[in-house]
Amino acid sequence: MAWFKKTKELRTDKKGKIQEGLWVKCDNCREIVYKKEIDRNLSVCPKCNYHFRISARYRLKLLVDEGSFIEFDENIVSLDPLNFNDRISYKDRLKENQKKSGLKEAVISGDALIKGCPVSLVIMDFSFMGGSMGSVVGEKVSRAAERAIEKKLPLITVTSSGGARMQEGIFSLMQMAKVAASISRLKENGILYISILCDPTFGGVTASFATIGDIIIAEPKSLIGFAGPRVIEQTIKQPLPDAFQRADLLLEHGLIDLVVDRKNLREKLAKLFELLL
Amino acid sequence: MIRYYLEFEVPIEELELKIDELKRISDGRDIDLSGEIKKLEKKVKDLRSEIFSSLTPWQKILIARHPDRPYTLDYINLITDDFIELHGDRRFSDDPAIIAGIARINNIPVFIIGHQKGRGTKERIYRNFGQPHPEGYRKSLRVMKLAEKFKRPVITFIDTPGAYPGIGAEERGQAEAIAVNLMEMSRLKTPIISIVIGEGGSGGALALGVADRLYMLEHSIYSVISPEGCAAILWKKNGDLGADDFAKAADALKLTAQDLVKFKIIDGIIPEPLGGAHRDPEGTSKKISEYILTAIEELKTKTPGKLIEERYKKFRKIGSFREEKKE
Repeated sequence: MAWFKKTKELRTDKKGKIQEGLWVKCDNCREIVYKKEIDRNLSVCPKCNYHFRISARYRLKLLVDEGSFIEFDENIVSLDPLNFNDRISYKDRLKENQKKSGLKEAVISGDALIKGCPVSLVIMDFSFMGGSMGSVVGEKVSRAAERAIEKKLPLITVTSSGGARMQEGIFSLMQMAKVAASISRLKENGILYISILCDPTFGGVTASFATIGDIIIAEPKSLIGFAGPRVIEQTIKQPLPDAFQRADLLLEHGLIDLVVDRKNLREKLAKLFELLL
Repeated sequence: MIRYYLEFEVPIEELELKIDELKRISDGRDIDLSGEIKKLEKKVKDLRSEIFSSLTPWQKILIARHPDRPYTLDYINLITDDFIELHGDRRFSDDPAIIAGIARINNIPVFIIGHQKGRGTKERIYRNFGQPHPEGYRKSLRVMKLAEKFKRPVITFIDTPGAYPGIGAEERGQAEAIAVNLMEMSRLKTPIISIVIGEGGSGGALALGVADRLYMLEHSIYSVISPEGCAAILWKKNGDLGADDFAKAADALKLTAQDLVKFKIIDGIIPEPLGGAHRDPEGTSKKISEYILTAIEELKTKTPGKLIEERYKKFRKIGSFREEKKE
């Protein structure tokens, strides 16, 4: 067993437990941290407060009242409209990711209670194909918004995504229009929509539903943007400034409402419900 | 005239140069080469139809990006009367990568918005190669709201490699600007007709494309990612990617107008003259104008409520998935 694990292996498994290695190196501050300490700390680095990426299931556990989650649309699975092949076929890639993550797709959705308040909830999982949005993710977000309208529940989305899913081509791109249209209906019906941005949220997800919340919250130090830092660096041929695309800088630029620590998220949401509902 | 030929057009170029030479030789002299010239011209035409009837996706991309291809302003000049350009997002600046304004098409007042690429180095840089900043999207939304207020149809021309990936663009909310456009276009109370005239590059293109009718020019493309970007993700070769890789990615992405009609994403293909839109901008404009006028005719009788309902359904139903039975 390795004593030191690089960041990649730090990704959590489906139960949300950090995998083997007694010590881990933080993605953000590069400090070596005792893994149990991170575990106890909701997968947050005790040295620099970087919030590690966590699985959708673990997020659910941290966010909602125990036993209150009722999952919907869990049996929607992607087809392969482009018959896409790279090194392996898209169909095989989906199977591989389903096996790896224990999820059918990059998002889980359903109804739940947060401190007693019923909500329609969408949680993305970065470990499933980088949390990318294809037809299934788009459909589940739209349906969650429609349920929110029908049942008059606030919609909460927790995003962690590289953007649109390349393997579904134009179908993925059109999901952006589809989910934005669904959120537009939500707003016309006077339904509260809170978007929670987690590390990382990019591309087709920020450029559709994630940045049009009535209230937008981000976890500390999350990387959030439209274009990825590497693409920007290659385009402008300059190094990027410190903290570029990090949550705190987004707050400074007026792009989000709040930066909230993972441990305070439930409390903060409950307070917002109290004031707004 | 200096003509610009793409690589796969080289056989055409050779013949056309020969024709030019024959014309020069016979010019003002007593040699009649007209029979020869006619024969060659026929040969060029046949060759061109042969090449253009079997273009690969990558070749279509090269045509969509052709430096002589007509841009938004060219079509505005050819199609409309009395165009008045409107500027600025009222918040930060005016983005030259997006044109917006009012004009008349066949005496019908419309609002027109489109990505604008530049011709020549100086103008290309001024237009930022057709890659908008958030201000461009915010300007376009402001003008769409005007169209709604004055009950005029909105025509958009899509032609961008994508929204600009830069520091300022990020700091001023590129993603939010696009997202808000998608949301607001989905409920705009006036008809929207979009035409992809060249490159439909991802979210930056879609931000002008949530429309009641979406058409593509015959050799235009529309994709979630450029083939270059796709190839870089799939086959990381340390920057060693070449045209072969891009061609492979272009095949995989299914981004041609012909693909998108099959997928029922677009409402129709506007035919281009033989050799591409740049061979006959007037002819292309006439066709575009016909499509716009037909669409306006179809849409103008619909109430705003019905329009929005149908637009919502049009996008809501897009997706490729199946629902497994619960165990």
